[in-house]
Amino acid sequence: MSEKHPPKHAGGEPAGRAQEPTPASEETAALVSVDTAGGAMEPSAVPATAQSGQLPGGPDTLLRKIFTGSGMVSVLAVLLALIIGGLLIASTDRQVATTATYFFARPTDFLAAVWNAATRSYIALFQGSVFNPRGNGVAAQFAPFMETLTIATPLITAGLGVALAFRAGLFNIGAQGQIIVAGILAAWVGFALDLPMGLHLLLVLVAGIIGGAFWGGLVGVLKARTGAHEVILTIMFNYIALYFLRYLLNTPAFQRPGESNPISPILDPTAVYPQIFGSQYRLHLGFLLAIAATVLVWWLLNRSTVGFEFRAVGANPKAAQTAGINVSRSTILVMALAGGLAGMSGVAQVAGTEKVLTDGVAATYGFDAITVALLGRSTPWGTFAAGLLFGAFRAGAVQMQIQTGTPIDIVLVVQSLIVLFIAAPPLVRAIFGLNPRRRKPARPAKSREAATTGGAA
Amino acid sequence: MAGVATLGASALLLTACGAAPEAGSTSTAEASDYTGCIVSDSGGFDDQSFNQSSYEGLKKAETDLGIKVNQVESKTNNDFEPNLRAMVSAGCDLTVTVGFLLGDATKAQAEANPDSHFAIVDFGYETPIANVKPIIYDTAQAAFLAGYLAAGTTKTGTVATFGGIKLPTVTIFMDGYADGVKYYNEQKGKDVKLLGWNKEAQDGSFTGDFEKQDVGKQLTQNFLDQGADIVMPVAGPVGKGAGSALKEAKAAGKDVKLIWVDSDGYLTAPDYKDIMLSSVMKTMGDAVEAVVKDDKEGNFDNTPYVGTLENDGVQLAPFHDLDSQVPAELKSELEQIKKDIIDGKLKVESEASPKA
Repeated sequence: MSEKHPPKHAGGEPAGRAQEPTPASEETAALVSVDTAGGAMEPSAVPATAQSGQLPGGPDTLLRKIFTGSGMVSVLAVLLALIIGGLLIASTDRQVATTATYFFARPTDFLAAVWNAATRSYIALFQGSVFNPRGNGVAAQFAPFMETLTIATPLITAGLGVALAFRAGLFNIGAQGQIIVAGILAAWVGFALDLPMGLHLLLVLVAGIIGGAFWGGLVGVLKARTGAHEVILTIMFNYIALYFLRYLLNTPAFQRPGESNPISPILDPTAVYPQIFGSQYRLHLGFLLAIAATVLVWWLLNRSTVGFEFRAVGANPKAAQTAGINVSRSTILVMALAGGLAGMSGVAQVAGTEKVLTDGVAATYGFDAITVALLGRSTPWGTFAAGLLFGAFRAGAVQMQIQTGTPIDIVLVVQSLIVLFIAAPPLVRAIFGLNPRRRKPARPAKSREAATTGGAA
Repeated sequence: MAGVATLGASALLLTACGAAPEAGSTSTAEASDYTGCIVSDSGGFDDQSFNQSSYEGLKKAETDLGIKVNQVESKTNNDFEPNLRAMVSAGCDLTVTVGFLLGDATKAQAEANPDSHFAIVDFGYETPIANVKPIIYDTAQAAFLAGYLAAGTTKTGTVATFGGIKLPTVTIFMDGYADGVKYYNEQKGKDVKLLGWNKEAQDGSFTGDFEKQDVGKQLTQNFLDQGADIVMPVAGPVGKGAGSALKEAKAAGKDVKLIWVDSDGYLTAPDYKDIMLSSVMKTMGDAVEAVVKDDKEGNFDNTPYVGTLENDGVQLAPFHDLDSQVPAELKSELEQIKKDIIDGKLKVESEASPKA
């Protein structure tokens, strides 16, 4: 490598510039070396960027730039997503299609139709997720916001589970299966047992958390004892949980008496979460528990020894082991905790919103939780906020579909775009020409050093 | 790529040259104030099954009866309640919900809004609700005919069926089919074998969902290897997997046939026209339209609509291109069986049959 950079080129046109690594590749190199401890060990399945909000690389890492980047970029990201989403919505709008046929005769019609279609949809999204001015009374006006919180509840707790595992360097894709197993146990306790008020709900909650923790902990044990990869384990455990659930729903023990549809009896009134603002709003006690869980995870990660061990294992298991941390124990414990958190989502589903067990109990929450955790940078409060954002999109989608007739698939495409742009500010910077790479050319001295030390290899 | 883009752009330009309509021109179509609404389950209105048929029925009512239509798809089971609530508050006169999963949510909204009318497809309540009309089907009757037809047409003496997920609305097809084969064997002293479903044990072959066509294809290939030559997939779009396996077998020189379900496959899955023996049809669209019509005229009632051979709610589709392969004798026997079932001389029973 050093032969390619003979010092004699320094004179005249700086030929070295073409080969000089850009700041971006420097950052990548830095992250790779964080991931692999300088190449001494296998790279972790989880990119270092997802493991921690605070990398040892200091304030100048790629991650820092992404998430603490200027507010300008965030605003542009949302703006861009809204524009592209609006065009997509407009392209499916009937009025737009009609006016497009005489675009040259009267272009204003077409443009007005595009504007109308897009703004109507976004207003509906807002009215469906935050505030509906046409509601009767304050409670009804804020009903959409309560709906947002309701849908966010399982996303937050499952997201926390995924985030916690990320921090310990484990790519936990198993939230889906953990929710299902938790749902099975919680629902069974809810409809099969006959217990007094209070105790019943508590037992439902405990059963769900134990179910999730068992399913997650099992993965931890297998990973710690055998070294099997957690991604494969969790994916397979998702399938096992789903098909086991389908089997159970075809047995009389889980069916309603006298019916053969795969749907469980309704949970006893003593076994469901009380609704916080009365029976016409779905917001239930599970949301307060989700807040509590967020606080707990924050405390665990930032204030407890166990959390410190998790983070140490996530940053570098070899170093953690050398420092006297029991890596196996941490792996098992973190997966069990992650499963327990996902289990709370299962409880929120069967005891909160649905009140029955079907094979759709986990919906897509287990997979959305991964996005939520990534979007929240694997920090507890970041995950909480990301969960709220996703909840708002989901709640708003219903109104968007009903008020404007936008097909729900388009609604989901638009939402995915928004998330994409929010989560990938470098993309937005590139689109708006704000990339630091272009704005300020490389700093020669520092770059030359990086190149010669072989960091970019 | 650039060529396509240019072509597309010029096509756009050409279509964009139309004349602008005169300002102030308004739509003169006479629209009724009646609003019919529909909420799907997570299959969506393009599931090639009951969501789609019900939706098409409502859309037909829109053109035929001049009603307004409002529809909303559910993506997850969590969506049922907000979707239904939104429909009621949007002023729907009748809201059609599709599938047993919506049973609880429909019941809750119906009880909270006694003035709104509901209809639920493929699900009946044990205790009737005053403002909910169930639309259910005694599918086993038509499937019985299909089983008899398959047994009478098979060259190898083996026929097969498989399902998507083990639901009553799926197994009722398989029960009827099994009984039809059994009845043929009893009448003719033959021994036609059925693969994929055992009525006594209520167990058989399922693909696990209504999406993975490759699993359906694999299952069908297994059946072919075991000597079956007629297959009836009861799995919505997964039936196409069976179709493509059978087409390959036909191309390889085997004489194989397909029996479609829900709609007339000759029209809705035309790729498999040349192997489509018949279809077990549930005419959900017609039923939904009829219920809407009744309600619009003020004749709503909560007696379940039960689709049978008698009221053409379930039917055996025409043989179309394969008509010549069905012997005239078999055709008249099928006519006779149909008559016997309608008259009650022949009882077709399934655990999943609607209890009337």
